[in-house]
Amino acid sequence: MNKPVKLSPKDFASDQEVRWCPGCGDYAILKGVQRTLAEIGADPATTVFVSGIGCSSRFPYYMATYGFHTIHGRAPAIATGIKLVNPKLDVWVITGDGDGLSIGGNHLLHALRRNVDLNIMLFNNEIYGLTKGQYSPTSEPGTRSPSTPYGSIDTPVSPCAFALGAKGRFIARTIDTHQKHLPDVLKRAHAHAGTSFIEIFQNCIVYNDGVFDDFAERSVRDERTIEVRHGEPLIFGTARDKGLRVDPTACRLTVVEIGKDGISESDILVHDETNPHLAQMLIEMRGPDFPVAIGVIHCIEGETYAEAYEAQTREILKKSGEPDFNSWIRRGHVWTVGKDGAHPEPAAE
Amino acid sequence: MDTSIPSSELEALDRVVVRFAGDSGDGIQLTGTQFASATALAGNDLATFPDYPAEIRAPAGTTFGVSAYQIQFGAGSVLTAGDEPDVLVALNPAALKVNLPAMREGALIIIDKGSFTPRNLQKAGFESNPLDDDTLTKYQVLALDISKLTLDAVDPFGLSKKEALRCKNMWTLGLMLWMFTRPRKPVIDWLTNKFAKNPVVRDANIAALNAGHAFGETAELGFHLPRYRIAPARVEPGEYRTVTGSQAIAWGIAAAGLKAGLKVFFGSYPITPASPILHELARMRMFNIETFQAEDEIAAICSAIGASYAGAIGVTSSSGPGIALKTEALGLAISVELPLVVINSQRGGPSTGLPTKTEQSDLYQAIFGRNGDAPMVVLAAATPGDCFDTAIEATRIALEHMVPVMLLTDGYIANAAEPWRIPDIDDIPPIANHKPAAGEITPPFNPFRRDPETLARPWVTPGMPELMHRIGGLEKSAETGNISYDPANHQKMTELRHEKVERVARFIPPQKVSHGDETGDLVVVGWGSTYGAIDQAVRLARSEGLKVSHIHLRHLFPLPANLGELLAGFDRVLVPELNMGQLATLLRDRYLLPVRQLNKVAGQPFKVREVLEAIHEAVAQDAPKAAE
Repeated sequence: MNKPVKLSPKDFASDQEVRWCPGCGDYAILKGVQRTLAEIGADPATTVFVSGIGCSSRFPYYMATYGFHTIHGRAPAIATGIKLVNPKLDVWVITGDGDGLSIGGNHLLHALRRNVDLNIMLFNNEIYGLTKGQYSPTSEPGTRSPSTPYGSIDTPVSPCAFALGAKGRFIARTIDTHQKHLPDVLKRAHAHAGTSFIEIFQNCIVYNDGVFDDFAERSVRDERTIEVRHGEPLIFGTARDKGLRVDPTACRLTVVEIGKDGISESDILVHDETNPHLAQMLIEMRGPDFPVAIGVIHCIEGETYAEAYEAQTREILKKSGEPDFNSWIRRGHVWTVGKDGAHPEPAAE
Repeated sequence: MDTSIPSSELEALDRVVVRFAGDSGDGIQLTGTQFASATALAGNDLATFPDYPAEIRAPAGTTFGVSAYQIQFGAGSVLTAGDEPDVLVALNPAALKVNLPAMREGALIIIDKGSFTPRNLQKAGFESNPLDDDTLTKYQVLALDISKLTLDAVDPFGLSKKEALRCKNMWTLGLMLWMFTRPRKPVIDWLTNKFAKNPVVRDANIAALNAGHAFGETAELGFHLPRYRIAPARVEPGEYRTVTGSQAIAWGIAAAGLKAGLKVFFGSYPITPASPILHELARMRMFNIETFQAEDEIAAICSAIGASYAGAIGVTSSSGPGIALKTEALGLAISVELPLVVINSQRGGPSTGLPTKTEQSDLYQAIFGRNGDAPMVVLAAATPGDCFDTAIEATRIALEHMVPVMLLTDGYIANAAEPWRIPDIDDIPPIANHKPAAGEITPPFNPFRRDPETLARPWVTPGMPELMHRIGGLEKSAETGNISYDPANHQKMTELRHEKVERVARFIPPQKVSHGDETGDLVVVGWGSTYGAIDQAVRLARSEGLKVSHIHLRHLFPLPANLGELLAGFDRVLVPELNMGQLATLLRDRYLLPVRQLNKVAGQPFKVREVLEAIHEAVAQDAPKAAE
């Protein structure tokens, strides 16, 4: 590979005109991804973006890498085939809340449990954008949309809780416009061997504008989100004066104020991304009583599907030796018919 | 075979049809396959028809739990499992009840009378014991207490009664091996291997087998048991084995991978009757084959498409209902023009239909069953052995033309076994592909720049430097490969996708007449697993002096370029199919010919007699005038 010395974010932009609505959160994500790839020194020739269907899934067309815009919900399955055939590729899956959790929920589940080394970015805007605004599987109950004019009535799915339930080994969250945070999360996802799942709160300016403003909007973000980091105390707030503790009587997280009721920084719970029980509690946090957790919520190492497959294959080849197709199809009962066309008489019984 | 059972010590027969039937827990399929193996080793040509219920363990003794295995073997060429059995082995009353209607007068019926208990008779729906009334007067009946004879034979091994009775099939097999002078050794070898870890069960089964054989030898009942000798068939020299369609498909795919020098990626989801292909390929990892049991049919094909995109031979396999689920992804593969092999082991439909029964009713689905104008190449295998060659042909077309190819087989050839002349991998020609050599293509790169002969696009896979590009299911510009909604471009791309598939006809061999002359009063046109029945019927008709020929199609879409010309040489066209007339419709549409149909959708293959009768009817009619 003739790898260029140093690429800039612009080098990862294709020559195609970006066609998302003006002000769409996807622009910020695209910028963040291009920056990330430049910073990690990615090779466009070994980088593949695979997407399903929806606004987010146009993403690959705008990247100067390999790209495959597939069919609705199936990107994880197609990406799995790509990665298993060529494990050297960096495979990124771009999906949305409808694509990944409604029509494609099954594939997301199985990609996660198999631990195929993919980076799955789920753009969650809690609405169907490309089909003009119907409620999605992540929409809050009561969402009024063309298909739910009286308000939606079903319980939404929590993307990260779904990923955790599917035995996802890397689960993270970030915000489209949080340009300091997003590339850092993507870098961690990229470095992780196995399926990395990143939920990105993404604003749909046309059909669901401001749906995450209560915590994602710049002016309130520090107060209403908590950036979790492995090994660091779970502290948040503009003044960094609030933190999380476990209420030992109820096995729940509580928000405490540092300097109040004798609470000091050392009393604050330290984030352990390897603890799935903590991850579950962090994922469930929502305002107004709790900050929304962003960052790498859960990360554990484990053998990837391709690693396990290759290890198994080495063992098989060790046992089989040089495989010979002609012998393989001659296993079992084989008989020979002579040149005269006559068959040797079987031994009489 | 003569209609009366011969009583001489060793009667020579030209061919014979035997059907084993019993409860699905009786081990009938094992008995049948072992009998087939022994028969193949005895040098006969043979064809088999396993017929079993969809339920894994249907309630014992019921008619819907009856499993059967039919085999025809002979000294001459044998292409079908036979119309009517000469010998039926019925291991319980339900098996007798279900199979009796298939028996011709005078056939030999061997019955385990030990299983004819009042309860079993009632479960089978017999009002009185057929052994005592006149139900069986038209047949030669050999009623033995096989249950008790088996229990006696395995008594020394201390098995429970239930375990001991499970050896009943081996006792029966022993008797049948004696009756048809087949060697016992391959079965004993097989049992020794199968029960290596359970010597008691192994020895009990061998003892039962030997006891059944000895029973024939000594004829303890004091009456004459018939015994037959079927001379070995005279066939082309070479090495032979028995093969099922599923095995042959798997080996054909593997061979194609080796000849293309590419990894085979096989994404599949379990479904009857296609799963044995997955099972066989899963064992063949050392041949650079990766099998992937996907979460569903859609993921199975999508993973295969991903694999093709990444540079391997993507293959997926299913049966009708699963193919239906793959439809949208097939459209994607057609749109992005990637090589892909899709195998459909057809079964009775619609919906879940008859999972374990055979049918040819997915031809429309294969050719037309996608949204948009989405043509794809469709092939069909004719016999278990032909599955090997057709699988290689499907892969070759997929790679050389950068197209998805559908390969149709069905439950009958998937499960049926026949002797197969084993090929040498070194005799199979290599398979080329459209991957560019390093530096062969320079940027700016249009992924849809085509080969002028085949219209195939270059197979540029991720990892190749400088050639990064984006593809997808949206319409692409013929000039640049970028998304295009331009009306004239869509017209052009749609026509190109059609033309590309049509051009495959330039590269396939011209259609030949399978049997008979190139002109005549009637041509019988078939495809897929009906080959044997049609061939036999046409041979019989020709021996009667009728001017009938047989054309059997492997290439169904596009059709061979010379087919229209060939059909024009005949006054009448008859198309027998295990569906309601799907190929018939295609031929009428393509050639404007008045095609006669013979349609059967009973979950069973054609009988030779059924095709022969249709031939008689067709030639008796006035020759229709071809459409103006």
